[in-house]
Amino acid sequence: MRRKLSEIFIEGCIRLSGVLCISFVVLIFLFLLKDALALFGGYSAGKFLFGSQWLPVSEPPHFGIVPLVIGSLYVTLGAILICVPIGVGAAMFIAEVAPQSLKTILKSLVEILAAIPSVVLGFIGIVWLGPFLKTTLGLSTGMCGLTGSLLLAFMALPTIISISEDALAGVPKAYREAAFGLGATRWQTLWRILLPAASSGIIAGVMLGIGRVIGETMVVMMVTGNAPVIPASILQPLRTLTATVASEMGEAVSGSEHYFALFAVGLILFIITFLINLVADMSLRKARR
Amino acid sequence: MMTAKTTQKIAFVLLGLGTLLLVVVPILLTILYILVNGGSAMTWEFLSQPPRNGMKEGGILPAIVGTVVLILGTMLFALPLGILSAVYLVEYAKDNFFTRLIKLSVVNLSGIPSIVYGLFGLTLFVGFCRFGTSILSGALTLAIMSLPVVITATKEALESVPQAFREVSFSLGATRWQTVRYCVLPYAIPGILTGTVLSLSRAAGETAPILFTVAAFYLPRLPHSVYDQVMALPYHLYVISTQVPNMPLKLSFATGFVLIAIVFLMNIASVFLRAHYRKKKTW
Amino acid sequence: MVNAEPILKTENLQCFYGSQRVIHDLNIEVLPNEILGVIGPANSGKTTFLRALNRLNALNPSYRQSGTITFEGQDLRKIPDNLLRKKIGSIFALPQVLPISIYQNIAYGPKVHGVASKSKVDQIVEESLQKAYLWDEVKDRLDLQANRLSGGQQQRLCIARTLAVEPEVILYDEPCSGLDPISTAKVEDAMQKLKEHYTQILVTNNTKQAARVSDRTAFFLMGELVEMTDTNTLFTSPRDSRTNDYITGRFG
Repeated sequence: MRRKLSEIFIEGCIRLSGVLCISFVVLIFLFLLKDALALFGGYSAGKFLFGSQWLPVSEPPHFGIVPLVIGSLYVTLGAILICVPIGVGAAMFIAEVAPQSLKTILKSLVEILAAIPSVVLGFIGIVWLGPFLKTTLGLSTGMCGLTGSLLLAFMALPTIISISEDALAGVPKAYREAAFGLGATRWQTLWRILLPAASSGIIAGVMLGIGRVIGETMVVMMVTGNAPVIPASILQPLRTLTATVASEMGEAVSGSEHYFALFAVGLILFIITFLINLVADMSLRKARR
Repeated sequence: MMTAKTTQKIAFVLLGLGTLLLVVVPILLTILYILVNGGSAMTWEFLSQPPRNGMKEGGILPAIVGTVVLILGTMLFALPLGILSAVYLVEYAKDNFFTRLIKLSVVNLSGIPSIVYGLFGLTLFVGFCRFGTSILSGALTLAIMSLPVVITATKEALESVPQAFREVSFSLGATRWQTVRYCVLPYAIPGILTGTVLSLSRAAGETAPILFTVAAFYLPRLPHSVYDQVMALPYHLYVISTQVPNMPLKLSFATGFVLIAIVFLMNIASVFLRAHYRKKKTW
Repeated sequence: MVNAEPILKTENLQCFYGSQRVIHDLNIEVLPNEILGVIGPANSGKTTFLRALNRLNALNPSYRQSGTITFEGQDLRKIPDNLLRKKIGSIFALPQVLPISIYQNIAYGPKVHGVASKSKVDQIVEESLQKAYLWDEVKDRLDLQANRLSGGQQQRLCIARTLAVEPEVILYDEPCSGLDPISTAKVEDAMQKLKEHYTQILVTNNTKQAARVSDRTAFFLMGELVEMTDTNTLFTSPRDSRTNDYITGRFG
């Protein structure tokens, strides 16, 4: 039977779409690379990577990303320290302790959190959390790394909770039965058996949470004080890689050194998140096996 | 010495309390905070009028329209591409290097920071393709960003269709496309709809990808063509809460309220879709 | 009948899943209009053999095969998938009806093969249901969801659905394993009456069913064809002691 022309056409489209998915990643990389490399015609890569000053509009300009990297590191570390214990704990509660009806409610609540746009959380950081931290901790300004960390931790919770919960729920029933058979309590089973057995999945969740935190832009731009200097502590204003791109691109003249420097920052972000996702994907694969 | 039972009781109570105080309460407070403060500032004028007096008075109609237009534009590009890619991965792809490359690409697309999508949109669509700062550039950027979520949702929906349906169709001599078209897609549509509505709601709330590709700081009129800039709710909220001095706070709250309302309405719609189709499901 | 040209023939057929060989060197000939019973314990390669005949095995990505299969003298590999499966239809172990109406289930095949006219489809639906001895039971409720029928009715609906694409060969993979004795009898009855126009191959775990229904019977064991002869001979005086052991219920 002759295949219909329409069928050949639609199958062509289907295959083309698959190819397009790959090409987007390649395109994103190439277009970032093209504009990022333009910077290094006149500016040394060493000074970019290891320079401790980010002064894009001074004369001569300095494009050292160390302050931005440290800013990102501070905020990310702070957020992870806060959200991993809370997220994994909540996942343990939802997966193993909560009764079915409560489980459904908690899961939808976490989904609701995931749906809140980041700019809304940034807004709350400005009008409430920042001033609140300023008065309670006696800071000179509430717009600092800690405010960003707290909000980012909040934003990363859905990722960590849902993936860790999946991992815990996915531990084979036999493990549970074997542990109960040996007389272990539910808590002992959860702590000594399920948690280690689900560790690959939980690590994947944490990695994806980190990826989410490093890549988040609006919240950090709005609440961390936007100061591209090496911060002494997380209680001071700082600026992340993402916030730098977002806040300066509007003023950078297209085709200028500053413009290319921001693309170079974008490329760094692309590479960091690419690696994190690769690791997360590998742990997820391991978890499924 | 504590008995194992006591330890368990303490541990479970702590886990429950922690979840309640550190997860549940903050989520509820966040939503209530915006809804209560924003709701009290909500007026019909706010929804139906353009902003006036440097955004300090009037409404946000252009931003609402802009966000709706962007959602529709994103849908237009992301749905066909995402659904077809997922069909390829689930129904056509053999287990080979090329397929693994596609899967890896989808994973990586989902991890790329939104601001990097913004840069990409700026250099490819605004610059290279000469679409300028426009609805077209913004919708394309948001579409590529939404692609991995649409693909993942569609994949799950396709995989949940029993393999037996495909075997029956093949055994009757249907071609692969006929099988997909008549024996798989009809049963996967509910899942695809649910997942894509959800992913579009995320796109609606994104700011970073539209910063340099479409968003207008202050443009108190409605767009005429796809080459126009528009205001968008998330960007508008960013602007009025950081860039406009002496902004009346109640307008910011009200803007946040509208943004959250749109996103939540889409989420609720997807929940209802899921419930509706689950009731009708007969296999 | 013994002198007729075989309609299906396998030569040195070997089938693999990954590196595991599930059929060794199979040479078998199927004659037109016969019912060939295929019996054997679980994992003896019966189903793989069946699904090799209309290439349904190819849906499993790890499947490979060597050797040749010919259908009406033509190499199977030269026939496109959809045409081959139109000519060689399949009935599965569990009745696999699609979650649409009785009418639509049967109309599916003709429609994918390009039958467009409504009256023609109506006619095919009625004829197919009659051939499967289901028409009288469902003629007043063709719009009923097919999965509301009883198991036996569903299986006969599947037969009708296969008949609707006018096959020449029908493959049955343990078609009665999920059915009660009365439904089983109805399905077997339908098979007997279909002999006039179709070649049928029946894979079954139920040796008595093979004895009741088939003209010739093949005994498979661990991927090999141990013995194949007319049903009476196989069940009364098998040549191979393993066949004897199996049909007398010593293993399997």
